[in-house]
Amino acid sequence: MDGGMAAAAAPGEISFSRPAEDTLLVRLAGDWTIKEELPSVEEVKKQADSRPPVQRLAFDTQDLGRWDSGLITFLIKVFDQFSQSQIDTNREGLPDGVRRLLDLAAAVPEKKDARKEALREPFLVQVGKASMDIARHMGALVTFLGESTIAFGKFFVGKAKFRRSDLWLTIQQCGVDALPIVTLISFLVGLILAFVGAVQLAMFGAQIYIANLVGIAMAREMGALMTGIIMAGRTGAAFAAQIGTMQVNEEVDALITMGVSPMEFLVLPRMFALIVMMPLLCLYADLVGILGGLVVGAGMFDISFTQYMEQTRASLNLTHFGLGVFKSAVFGVLVAVAGCLRGMECGRSASAVGDAATSAVVTSIVLIVVTDGIFAVVTNIIGI
Amino acid sequence: MNNKEPHITVHDLTMAYGDFVLMRDLNFTVNRGDVFIVMGGSGCGKSTLMKIMVGLKSPATGKVLYEDTSFWETSPEEQEQLMRNFGILYQSGALWSSMTLEENVALPLEQYTDLSPSQVREVVSLKLSLVGLAGFEEFYPSEISGGMRKRAGLARAMALDPEILFFDEPSAGLDPISARLLDDLILELTASLGATVVVVTHELASIFAIGNNSIFLDVDKRTMTASGDPKKLLAESEDPTVRRFLTRGEEKEQAR
Repeated sequence: MDGGMAAAAAPGEISFSRPAEDTLLVRLAGDWTIKEELPSVEEVKKQADSRPPVQRLAFDTQDLGRWDSGLITFLIKVFDQFSQSQIDTNREGLPDGVRRLLDLAAAVPEKKDARKEALREPFLVQVGKASMDIARHMGALVTFLGESTIAFGKFFVGKAKFRRSDLWLTIQQCGVDALPIVTLISFLVGLILAFVGAVQLAMFGAQIYIANLVGIAMAREMGALMTGIIMAGRTGAAFAAQIGTMQVNEEVDALITMGVSPMEFLVLPRMFALIVMMPLLCLYADLVGILGGLVVGAGMFDISFTQYMEQTRASLNLTHFGLGVFKSAVFGVLVAVAGCLRGMECGRSASAVGDAATSAVVTSIVLIVVTDGIFAVVTNIIGI
Repeated sequence: MNNKEPHITVHDLTMAYGDFVLMRDLNFTVNRGDVFIVMGGSGCGKSTLMKIMVGLKSPATGKVLYEDTSFWETSPEEQEQLMRNFGILYQSGALWSSMTLEENVALPLEQYTDLSPSQVREVVSLKLSLVGLAGFEEFYPSEISGGMRKRAGLARAMALDPEILFFDEPSAGLDPISARLLDDLILELTASLGATVVVVTHELASIFAIGNNSIFLDVDKRTMTASGDPKKLLAESEDPTVRRFLTRGEEKEQAR
């Protein structure tokens, strides 16, 4: 398009002349590309409004250099203006390619009802819609819980249709594969608890009570809470993404039309695996957390290994562990339900899968923290 | 096929997403042994119609009858019974990605037959060799090409020797030669199985090659505007939209 002659870029220019009294000739010269700054449509309008009144518009493009969509959008704007004021436009002077593109752009008329209107709804309508959304989500949640209960019922009488190998694989993913991250986090949590406590307790010469502090905090609260949050981010998100992707790929449809319930085939093994593995992970986290405390206690505050362990043993009883383990089983249910529900609700696009995973994590963490709060109040009231 | 016995009857069907009506007043009959084409432009609701026919989405109004049973008005047990007679090839193949090809094809057999594991293996390798995938038993869907995935999907759809096969855009995304081979495969296999076939497609080559009956869905009029043998429609139809579609828009050019 640009040979040796036109190599130097000349910016787009516009000039006007009146070959006849009622005709405005628009001369386009230089390069008209979207990368350059182009003259504005206002100039043409100003000329057209000048006297004597213009009846016809024509173009001269002999000196036009390179051009692209920049020129076309400019011309569309010009024609829009002139069609409103009933002025004849003569396109003969335009290059062939430009005319063809203009025809193509006008070939299919704009679909009037297709453009999405950004209408602002009144506040009350928004509140109403949001409430109906919540009601619909609650409905979906209840349906999901009902269906998963039925699936579990079938599982316990041995009638559920799923692949045993899937169950074992999921158990491995929710259990053994999570050990490194659970180890790291619990150890650090134990360590931090011990540090924070020790500084305070040392003021009274009561460092030995680090063992009580760390032991009780890990067993009752932190073990369950931290595994819950780790599993929400790790496994809940994975569940939502796996099942969501299967929705996108029509794999879930293929199961349904094959007469296989996705609740039994996809959701059941995942929920079962997580609910079984969470309490085990929680116990493991308790132990590792206590070890973290021991490192601080024995390493920095002159408590011997036996002393620390003996103090821990004396401060803990089965109720502490039982409460933590029970909570972690409940958290397991929450994470599994949130992950699988979001996956099953997932829309049919790549971004919907991302949304499902995000929403699964947010929902699980909120539910875990709220439930833990309720547990704290209830255990306080009944005195355990 | 000589026996013109109705197999699937769609009666006054309207399909909608919420308040948006996609198609209304659909009435047609698919006879036993037909290769029935549902054609129409992009976004006209061909795939949605298939979803309604196979039981994945309920219609706004109207009926889908399988012989004399109305799918959307019968009990869930009966629906499941009907669905076992369907074989479905989805647009993307929809193979279960966590399973090998062998496991994909074996799943329906394990669910619905009492075959022993060794018998299942035999049937699976037969089905895979029918679609030219012998030896790929241990491959996962992500390890094979798009065309192979479609063929594996076909093998899975045929696992239980279904009475009715549904194909959603079987040749979409395939090169012309693979598309042709898949068409031939569909014809050959369905003829030997004696199955009724419903194909949703807009590929003209496929439509003329395999279809012996069809309907045309008009996206602007939001209803079906033609039905019959596609070759006859090409020769006889007066509807300008149908003609444009079947001639790849060439008639529009002539009319100008």
